[in-house]
Amino acid sequence: MTSGSARRGLTIAVVYPDLLGTYGDGGNALVLTRRATWRGIDAELVQADSGSPLPGADIYCLGGGEDGPQVRAAEALVADGELHRAVDRGAVVLGVCAGFQLLGHSFPDSVDRPHPGLGLLDVSTRKGTGSRAVGELVASPTDEAPRLSGGRPIPWLTGFENHGGVTTVGPGARPLARVVRGVGNGGGSGTEGAWQGKVLGCYLHGPLLARNVALADLLLGWALSPTAEPADLAPLDDVDEAALRDERLSAAGAPGPGLWQRLRSLVRRPGT
Amino acid sequence: MTASADASPGAPRARAVTAVKALQVSNWLSRALGRGRGTVAGGRVGLAIDPTLLSTLARGRPVALVTGTNGKTTTTRMLVAALSDGRGAVVVSNDTGANMPAGHVAALAGAPAGAAAVLEVDEGYLGRLIEETAPKVVLLLNLSRDQMDRISEVRMLVDRWRAALGRLRDGPGAGVEVPATVVVANADDPMVTWAALAAPDVVWVGVGQVWHLDAVGCPACGGRIHFDGAGSWACDRCGFARPPRAAWLERSDLVLPGGERFEMELGLPGQFNRANAAMAAVAAELMGAGPGRPGTSVPAEDLPAVLARLASVDQVAGRFSSILRRGRSVRLLLAKNPAGWTAIFDLLEEEAGSGPPVVLSVNARTADGLDTSWLWDVPFERLAGRSAVATGDRRLDLAVRLRYAGVDAEVVVDPTDAVDRALGTAPGSSPLDVVGNYTAFADLRDRVGR
Repeated sequence: MTSGSARRGLTIAVVYPDLLGTYGDGGNALVLTRRATWRGIDAELVQADSGSPLPGADIYCLGGGEDGPQVRAAEALVADGELHRAVDRGAVVLGVCAGFQLLGHSFPDSVDRPHPGLGLLDVSTRKGTGSRAVGELVASPTDEAPRLSGGRPIPWLTGFENHGGVTTVGPGARPLARVVRGVGNGGGSGTEGAWQGKVLGCYLHGPLLARNVALADLLLGWALSPTAEPADLAPLDDVDEAALRDERLSAAGAPGPGLWQRLRSLVRRPGT
Repeated sequence: MTASADASPGAPRARAVTAVKALQVSNWLSRALGRGRGTVAGGRVGLAIDPTLLSTLARGRPVALVTGTNGKTTTTRMLVAALSDGRGAVVVSNDTGANMPAGHVAALAGAPAGAAAVLEVDEGYLGRLIEETAPKVVLLLNLSRDQMDRISEVRMLVDRWRAALGRLRDGPGAGVEVPATVVVANADDPMVTWAALAAPDVVWVGVGQVWHLDAVGCPACGGRIHFDGAGSWACDRCGFARPPRAAWLERSDLVLPGGERFEMELGLPGQFNRANAAMAAVAAELMGAGPGRPGTSVPAEDLPAVLARLASVDQVAGRFSSILRRGRSVRLLLAKNPAGWTAIFDLLEEEAGSGPPVVLSVNARTADGLDTSWLWDVPFERLAGRSAVATGDRRLDLAVRLRYAGVDAEVVVDPTDAVDRALGTAPGSSPLDVVGNYTAFADLRDRVGR
């Protein structure tokens, strides 16, 4: 990509779906691509398998994966170098689960030795002591969470987590949200996910962006903006997505925020 | 097949006798109280009284184990049909789908001594079943992602299979006379192949594998596995590659290396059922083989007769069955995971191209797995052009997935209403296909099927 072409069209890459595609995370890139094209923005979806050099793109999506493939993905991405260059020129990166962990400084390999990550997020992950965190995860945005265009807060987040890691957020990154139901980053922090510049990671799958389309629009807004402030996007008719969010939030025992956030987003929806 | 004379069942110990009695009483109670089909409850009671009950009940009979992510129940049923030669041979099987040890002891408890047993085995229990039943044949169908919030991930599972099959090389304990175990493995699936290579005796059968995404990373060296268009595969770094096959599937023909072709005309539709049938046919041939160390080829003497017998299977616990509703034919299809849905879409295209509407029902109860993110691994884009009705507990997840797949879908809360709604929009007298995952399918079968 070049910065000149970013306004005209977007390239959205699924990073190593052959290694990091365990939990339907390819859906995140599909959601981004569709939501761009529905707004008349050209968007190309690229499946970037691990055997080839990582292509240039505006948004990179990394998904979950098993321990061995996670190590191979981290090694290949370090050797390739393109993801670091892309972040330097302002590209957006989304990492979920194993993809989140490998964006940090270190993560546990299959025998629990720390393995170096990409260092694109100031987080570190170690193996948790208890059982795996498996189940619905609900989190509310912190004051430090990224803001949507116009300074609007992101809504509550809903997803499914399935991991055994404890992730510590360092001073260079900020937590994405506070856990309402579930485990998230774990280790007593009560937080879920982290973000730094235009790099964002979390444990929520389901996939994340299908359950939280506001976050999808934040990533698209970032990719379309030369600054840290996300570009303003035309609203979409998200009836199905809103119904799914409400149902999932109530199923996880968090009935209020779904309705509240929906009303608020209706009242404050810009650009209509 | 006739009863094996390999070993006579030794005098069962008193504890085992007590356990079987208690199992039968529990099953009777369970059924009488209407609390289930009465297999798992009794099996649990029996195993609680005698933890070695499974090996006691399996002793002295030829046993075939059938496992894999998809096709277990159907293949088990086909193998039973193939072994039931109409000359009075009794073949016992856990045909209610209870595929863990409690279900196995329940199936074996009432079996005549020496009768052959065909057991469907949950992927996670293969090691224990091999140890306790000393099987004559182990049939490995395929391995791909399924219910990952509950079952180990694919690579952990394949490592456990490999360890269990590797222990076959140690042979039986001193003084124990059991027949050698032969593994029938799908050579087109690299994960299955990696596990089966550990076993001493393997008959490789190529029946295809529709889902490759879980097998791209080489399990042997971490390299990449490349698949050619014809189904063959090899790692680009080490020597791991598809082994030479003793039989393979070419469309509807089962082909042997000598060039013999056996056409299969099945009662069940779709290429995935031809794959199940080919595996069952080879396993049936090997179950009928004499004592001694098995070879690596397929004895073909009885193949036409075996294939004719398994063609009699035309539905399996309601799967693929057609029911009449409002004068129209409604076919119930089960798909539990991305590989299963892909196979069903192959079937729909093979039969009708893109046309009639389809009802899709998805639940996420314990038996289905609680995590629905697999919906995004299923190529629902292939339904574009058809109208769809989304139902089941997780119809809203399905509706969002279908929206991003470009499929027009209507959401209907009640599964029965969903079927009627689709019947109302379907043209003319064309049959309606209804696809559900595990508990959604069972719901539809029990409610719409009535």
